[in-house]
Amino acid sequence: MSKTVNYDSIVLRTVSRLMMPLLLLLSVFMLIRGHNLPGGGFIGGLVASSAIIMQMIAFGPTYARDVIRVNYLTLASIGILIAVVWSMPALFFGMPFMAAFWMSAPIPGVGTMGTPVAFDVGVFLTVIAVTTKIALLLSEEPDLFPLDMEDDEEPEAGAPRV
Amino acid sequence: MANHLFLPLISPMLASALALLFARDKTRMVARVIVLASIIFNLIYSIWLLWVVGNEGIQVTQGAGWEAPFGVTLVADGASALMLCVATLLMLVTVSYSFASLDPGYENFFYYPLLLLLLLGVSGAFLTGDIFNLYVWFEILLLASFGLMTLGGSRPQLEGGLKYVVLNLFGSTAFLVACGLIYGTVGSLNMAHVAERMSSVTNPGIVTVIACLFFFAYGGKAAILPLFFWLPTSYHTPPVAVTAIFSGLLTKVGAYSLYRVLGLVLQDELIRLAPFVLAVAGLTMVVGVFGAMAQMNVRRILSFHIISQIGYSLMGLGLASAIGLAAGLLFTAHVMIVKTALFFIGGAAEQVYGTGDLKKMGGIARREPLLSIFWFLGILSLAGIPPMSGFFGKLALLQAGINQGALLISVVAAFTGILTFFSMLKIWNEVFWKKSYGDMSKLPRVTPGLLWPGAILVIISFALGIGAGGLVDYSQMAGAQLFDRAAYISSVCGSNGCEAVVDLALR
Repeated sequence: MSKTVNYDSIVLRTVSRLMMPLLLLLSVFMLIRGHNLPGGGFIGGLVASSAIIMQMIAFGPTYARDVIRVNYLTLASIGILIAVVWSMPALFFGMPFMAAFWMSAPIPGVGTMGTPVAFDVGVFLTVIAVTTKIALLLSEEPDLFPLDMEDDEEPEAGAPRV
Repeated sequence: MANHLFLPLISPMLASALALLFARDKTRMVARVIVLASIIFNLIYSIWLLWVVGNEGIQVTQGAGWEAPFGVTLVADGASALMLCVATLLMLVTVSYSFASLDPGYENFFYYPLLLLLLLGVSGAFLTGDIFNLYVWFEILLLASFGLMTLGGSRPQLEGGLKYVVLNLFGSTAFLVACGLIYGTVGSLNMAHVAERMSSVTNPGIVTVIACLFFFAYGGKAAILPLFFWLPTSYHTPPVAVTAIFSGLLTKVGAYSLYRVLGLVLQDELIRLAPFVLAVAGLTMVVGVFGAMAQMNVRRILSFHIISQIGYSLMGLGLASAIGLAAGLLFTAHVMIVKTALFFIGGAAEQVYGTGDLKKMGGIARREPLLSIFWFLGILSLAGIPPMSGFFGKLALLQAGINQGALLISVVAAFTGILTFFSMLKIWNEVFWKKSYGDMSKLPRVTPGLLWPGAILVIISFALGIGAGGLVDYSQMAGAQLFDRAAYISSVCGSNGCEAVVDLALR
């Protein structure tokens, strides 16, 4: 934690550190309850990415990148793959695309599982990846926020110079 | 239920996610194979769909099995199947041109995923049976095209891209407002349901407003007369392959949406607005071709011709009859192929010279005879000289125009054809025929990879001209389906109509 930012605030840092596990748990809760109640993959993904973005505001983008150590583009495309693949099973049984299959009995503590839950997991991952990536790219833009940047940032960020 | 209608949407979505995973230097070949496999699958599927729709009539499916006016409806009639097939063919050729012409900086970036998302948006727009879903598909294809247009980030690209984005956002806003007005007026956005309820609207004034808003929204995207200025300022800036696929798909999706929404859903209003549409069509033709005459850059000239050709597609709509729509569809399918071919061939010449400026080019006819022959056949087709496909496209439009007594627009259309040919001859003279001022022996040769995409499209245009009978029959079937509201409603919602389904659900 050698990185300091020019809008340093002890309150924001403490609160965001305490909030992060809560928000991440809440996002998973939102994801699982979202089929019959308000919530779902999209909302859950936004909550999770807001947890990461809060770290970014409090500690700077370099620290926020360590919260989930993945390439966000890869995460987004894996999310899309999961969503598409799990909306397809109905096609193999002669039913329309995205028709749902549910388990007959609920799993204790989690609820009834089915293909829409798996589809939502894909949406969840995609939303986390895309929103976080956009926020990180914006905050790493040196003209907007003059922060000290390390050289080993992802080389593919930004448009190709051709 | 034709559940397979979702396949042409699933395949590009899966492939674009996979291509994104493999978009780096070491795995570039894997990404190429994935992209090619997905597009070839779509092409085979859309040819099969063409055949199925021709034999069995309109195909319908409902997402997740929700009944028609409530759920996500996909409908494939003759017009959708024809457009889907041509669009996928163009995408296949564009991808193979990209393999030969683009540098790795593009290929390792978002290029292929964006192309596939463009195909996804275009296919969705052709297949959807719901006005709001049409809006969503439009947004998908526009976002992909924004990315493709500015990928590379050079100054002229960003400048052209800005104009392109701003005007398209205006169009999208008008589209959204029109969707809201339709929903507020008839309480549904399913095309079949809206068409059914349109007859019982008590306030006909609001329907005219809606129709004009749609005309503005799609017209801006199709580049009709007062709204075309974004097109020639932006289309020559991205790489050739991108310009070619844009010319083949983007404006034509606008034209198709005009056909679908005005020709099918708001048909009574179209018949009322027909003289206005015809006037805009005629002006678009003439202004486009005159604009082309003033230009001295290969791709700018071709861009102005896109506008001129959109006038012909609009003429088919303005005739407001099944025959007119059929002729317009036939012409649009032909011009998609030929225009893209000309962009590829002109682009290959441009790539060799390193510039698109007519004054600096010359002498290609002696150096690249094959390229020149295909260019000449291409401009014959665009101008409408037999036996190329352009002749039959224009012939059908002129026949329909004269049969319906729309003599003025028919004369303008014929006259514009001649002007088009002259304007194309200018490129022929400057780029291909005249002697080169500089030393040409140091310039690179046109590789087969740059030659054959354009050549194959010209050959297809020639084949469509030779076998025009089948295509004319198909387009007439498609035009009749497009204009027949009762048949559309009964195929989407069942023989009792959408209202019966709603009553049953509410009971």
